[in-house]
Amino acid sequence: MDIVKLTVHELIEKLQNKEITISEINNSYINRIKEKEDDVQAFITLTTEEALKKSDIIEKKVNSGEINDILAGIPIGIKDNICIKNVKTTCASKMLENFVAPYNATVIEKLNDRNLICLGKTNMDEFAMGSSTETSYYKKTRNPVDLSRVPGGSSGGSAAAVASNMVPWALGSDTGGSIRQPASFCGVVGLKPTYGLVSRYGLIAFASSLDQIGTFTKDVQDASILLNVISGYDVKDSTSANIEKKDYTKCLKNNVTGLKIAVPKEFFGDGINSEVKKALEIAINKYKELGAIVEEISLDIANYALATYYIIACAEASSNLGRFDGIRYGYRSKDYTNLKDIYTKSRSEGFGDEVKRRIILGTYVLSSGYYDAYYKKAQKVRTLVKNEFNKVFEKYDVILTPTSPTTAFKLGEKSDNPLEMYLSDICTVSVNIAGLPGISIPCGVDSNNMPIGMQLIGNHFDEETILNAAYTFEQSANN
Amino acid sequence: MEVKKEELLHIANLAKLEIKDEEIDKYLLNLQDILNFSNIVNNAPIDDLKETIGERDSYNVFRKDNIKVFDDMNGIVDNFPEKQENMIKVPRVVQ
Repeated sequence: MDIVKLTVHELIEKLQNKEITISEINNSYINRIKEKEDDVQAFITLTTEEALKKSDIIEKKVNSGEINDILAGIPIGIKDNICIKNVKTTCASKMLENFVAPYNATVIEKLNDRNLICLGKTNMDEFAMGSSTETSYYKKTRNPVDLSRVPGGSSGGSAAAVASNMVPWALGSDTGGSIRQPASFCGVVGLKPTYGLVSRYGLIAFASSLDQIGTFTKDVQDASILLNVISGYDVKDSTSANIEKKDYTKCLKNNVTGLKIAVPKEFFGDGINSEVKKALEIAINKYKELGAIVEEISLDIANYALATYYIIACAEASSNLGRFDGIRYGYRSKDYTNLKDIYTKSRSEGFGDEVKRRIILGTYVLSSGYYDAYYKKAQKVRTLVKNEFNKVFEKYDVILTPTSPTTAFKLGEKSDNPLEMYLSDICTVSVNIAGLPGISIPCGVDSNNMPIGMQLIGNHFDEETILNAAYTFEQSANN
Repeated sequence: MEVKKEELLHIANLAKLEIKDEEIDKYLLNLQDILNFSNIVNNAPIDDLKETIGERDSYNVFRKDNIKVFDDMNGIVDNFPEKQENMIKVPRVVQ
């Protein structure tokens, strides 16, 4: 039995049947990291030594009956923009190279409460700004399916770590597609929950009205299990929704009879690769066979949403990243004579190109004279996008689109052309603009054997419907 | 709208970022590209729509302003880039 190939629910089952032990699980993943990390480069910081100690302690407590929790001792990877106390949290930036978080993010507290074990902090685009994980200051993560290709981004390290079996699951964050697109590129399941379902306390902010923490897993059942762990109201995040806690494993019915699925034709236009379209058409037919009611609709928002996304996200980023001034924490330039020098030189030396570009764009669209032309209009388009989605959800349960217009591209292929890189987010950003939940699940491969992802979008706080739809498709593909 | 070099440098200065002379053309080109694409928002049917400020309808979230002592003061102090005793060291502000 190859432990690292198992899903978490399979690991749980084998633990309960006493076929494997907690230390066997953790040792297997740590050995796998030793084997694969040189090629894949998914981690910025490894916490494997600490993990082994924790694994021993948890195992003893489970054996003595002190801990009684099916998730105790299961390893996980964490994107490096989520704070873990006493562990470096770099956001893949030189700016935070030496930042050791003095507190835990709420999601980390929740994982700790369940005795999960973090094996490391995963690589990402600097401050989550990018779609390929190539803007990281530290390293370029490679797609485990083809090492010459990108894993997607910004949570590329988390996606690659799961896809290469270095962790059974991982957390990421999604501001414009940063979970779903890398999940699609690496052939794993990526879930971006509804804005407000998961606390963002301790997630280093990029664009606060769009950011959301979510999951990378090997299958949909694991996504439900992990969402159960991390979701819930948190007084420390004022955008956190105070709603009743659900058990997301109960919605997996393996039945989509009568489910109304909308397929917006604008998401299957010229920019979408023909092999991606073909795989999606097969998936659509599969849903019809399974008893779902699938109808083509018009939802002409993708281009507006992408432009709006880059205006709003950069505006918010320019404000959020104002805190990095070289004074209280983070990088401080050695070369200064006065306070203004500290600010300017620390920021100029500490931030990479893409981060600077977005801060400048954000400052530009917020500046006097351009505020009305760009930012104010973008906020109105945001209303339009929300209204259009609301109209669709009056009639349908799920919206089905490709996750990304293409499969994983080659390293370096788009790094010199920011606009082209931004266009790879065209299918995902509108979901963040409207604050909806979205999941990407694998639905085939292209002629280069690269994974293709299907995105299922649900109504606010209706993760259950997309999880069940994704699960039912996955089960039918497995059988 | 065309972005001019002076405007770029002014914006960079507001954002407390230095742009090297050799980088100016690249930044101008990238910024212009993205802004040209962003002009698409001008074609959106938004005349009668209000702005959405945040993701959800805007409302204030209040809580009691209770004092809670942070449990790891050393963790904060250790992150100071430069310090003297337990204080952040900065250059003299008042000459």
